[in-house]
Amino acid sequence: MSWFEKILPSGLRTSTSNKRAVPEGLWTKCTGCSAVLFRADLERNLDVCPKCNHHMRIGARRRLDTFLDKDGRLEIGGNIEPDDVLRFKDSKKYRDRLIQAQKATGEKDALVAMKGAVKGFPLVAAAFEFRFMGGSMGSVVGERFVRAADVSMKEHIPLVCFSASGGARMQEALFSLMQMAKTSAAVAQLRKRGIPFVSVLTDPTMGGVSASFAMLGDINVAEPNALIGFAGPRVIEQTVRETLPEGFQRSEFLLEHGAIDFIADRRDLRDRISKVMAMFMNEATPY
Amino acid sequence: MSMDLNYLQFEQPVAELEAKIEELRHVGNDSEININDEIQRLEHKSQNLTRQIFSNLSQWQISQLARHPLRPYTLDYIDQIFHEFEELHGDRAFADDPAIVGGVARLEGKPVMIIGHQKGRNTKEKIRRNWGMPRPEGYRKAMRLMELAERFKMPVVTFIDTTGAYCGINAEERGQSEAIARNLLVMSQLKTPIICTVIGEGGSGGALAIGVGDRVMMLQYSTYSVISPEGCASILWKSADRASEAAEAMNIAAPKLKELGLIDQIIEEPLGSAYRDVETMSRRLKEALLENLDRLGQMPIDKLLDARYKRLLQFGNYREV
Repeated sequence: MSWFEKILPSGLRTSTSNKRAVPEGLWTKCTGCSAVLFRADLERNLDVCPKCNHHMRIGARRRLDTFLDKDGRLEIGGNIEPDDVLRFKDSKKYRDRLIQAQKATGEKDALVAMKGAVKGFPLVAAAFEFRFMGGSMGSVVGERFVRAADVSMKEHIPLVCFSASGGARMQEALFSLMQMAKTSAAVAQLRKRGIPFVSVLTDPTMGGVSASFAMLGDINVAEPNALIGFAGPRVIEQTVRETLPEGFQRSEFLLEHGAIDFIADRRDLRDRISKVMAMFMNEATPY
Repeated sequence: MSMDLNYLQFEQPVAELEAKIEELRHVGNDSEININDEIQRLEHKSQNLTRQIFSNLSQWQISQLARHPLRPYTLDYIDQIFHEFEELHGDRAFADDPAIVGGVARLEGKPVMIIGHQKGRNTKEKIRRNWGMPRPEGYRKAMRLMELAERFKMPVVTFIDTTGAYCGINAEERGQSEAIARNLLVMSQLKTPIICTVIGEGGSGGALAIGVGDRVMMLQYSTYSVISPEGCASILWKSADRASEAAEAMNIAAPKLKELGLIDQIIEEPLGSAYRDVETMSRRLKEALLENLDRLGQMPIDKLLDARYKRLLQFGNYREV
């Protein structure tokens, strides 16, 4: 509390619960255990809380930056931008939502794809930007995913996709539903050619993304405690009028129910994924 | 006059006329006065009124027609169009889902595999069929039947009519997402022709899970959307009461979807929509199925699969800069 606040009568003070506890900058607070963390430490730890191991959400660029080797990266489909043929408008115009999301994230849409390598092992990686309209899948996400798969097929290298999405983008109406079919069909093409596809499910992966390519990995990997499912917990609660079981739709729940292959700590993803990919491709494990 | 529950609100003027006609018929039966002229006049008027009402339907009105309680369901069309239908049950892993029906039948003598959502007519059947909202075992049964069709070189005919996938705890436990996703993947590569027809509601992933094919058709007053209008309204407008606005914004009716290239063909419904004349509707649907099956059946399988994949790839509205 500052000296100024100390001399204020208590009635004039703003309740701290209504304020952002820690300003952007040097320090940050764990969204899991509320521990106050030194930002530089947290970043070195790939945004995993050193106190409670909580995996915080990270953006698409940072995800790819921490997953891929520094050299030889090439972005795929960066020239594709969203359009609004339906002129969709709810409480706000879709066009305005797009502009706002683009300004806030610096991305044109919610998926970023790159060719690159992990420990020298070449692959294509794509990652969702959850802050871009909840990582929702519209036409651009679908097209970029397909182009990433195309590069995988052309170069015969694996595809890894990090999902973080609320599902299909309602503002693109039926176009967005069709992206489920389009992306799943691209995964079928990879399978036909024997090219590995690793789906990494991160917090959260829901709706049309989970009900398409994200569940179709040759291996499905999840980060700890990620929310993964088709319908959102609130929708289910309203439908069945029951309280949901503890840990429902979390990574550990999915592992128990057989939906994913393993749960991996973010800091181990490079090692574990490249190791399995090397076996699938019958090559030496990269070190 | 009280509301006739077999008619939607916007059809009530027609309902009133029809009631009057019915009344006159009764009088006509046991009286000597010739009122046939009057009946004929009213019938003509009723038809004109219906034509007038149906010439200018909103997206929301169409979505009500798509869920009309009297609208023909999958089993009705199977009964009208196919012969020797034998229903096949179960996903071989967990259960049989009555919200999706499937089986073999003959279409003009040729064997086909039919898969469709099935809603219930009365309360008991509605509960049993979960209002046509499938659970994972429903999609897995559908997939099993599709692969069966592939093995025995039978084309697959699907009928789509669901509000959407069932949002339940058990459905999540049994991998709802994976079940839908796998169908999309399998259908994109199934080595036999697939024709999908939206006959009522085409709602979200639950619809798409049997909706990937070589030819996708819609009945004139069916709808197809990424989420139900109520669902969209409750998320984007924070109130399910704004469903009519959501329906307009999403463009869920066939003509616009055809214009956008998202579906291939619209099958015209009889005056007043399918339930008014199930026979005519079935005949038109049958003709469309035969015509498409004939054309698709002549394509070599690799060409067919290539075209199916290309069809999926062109779905998208984006700019390349």
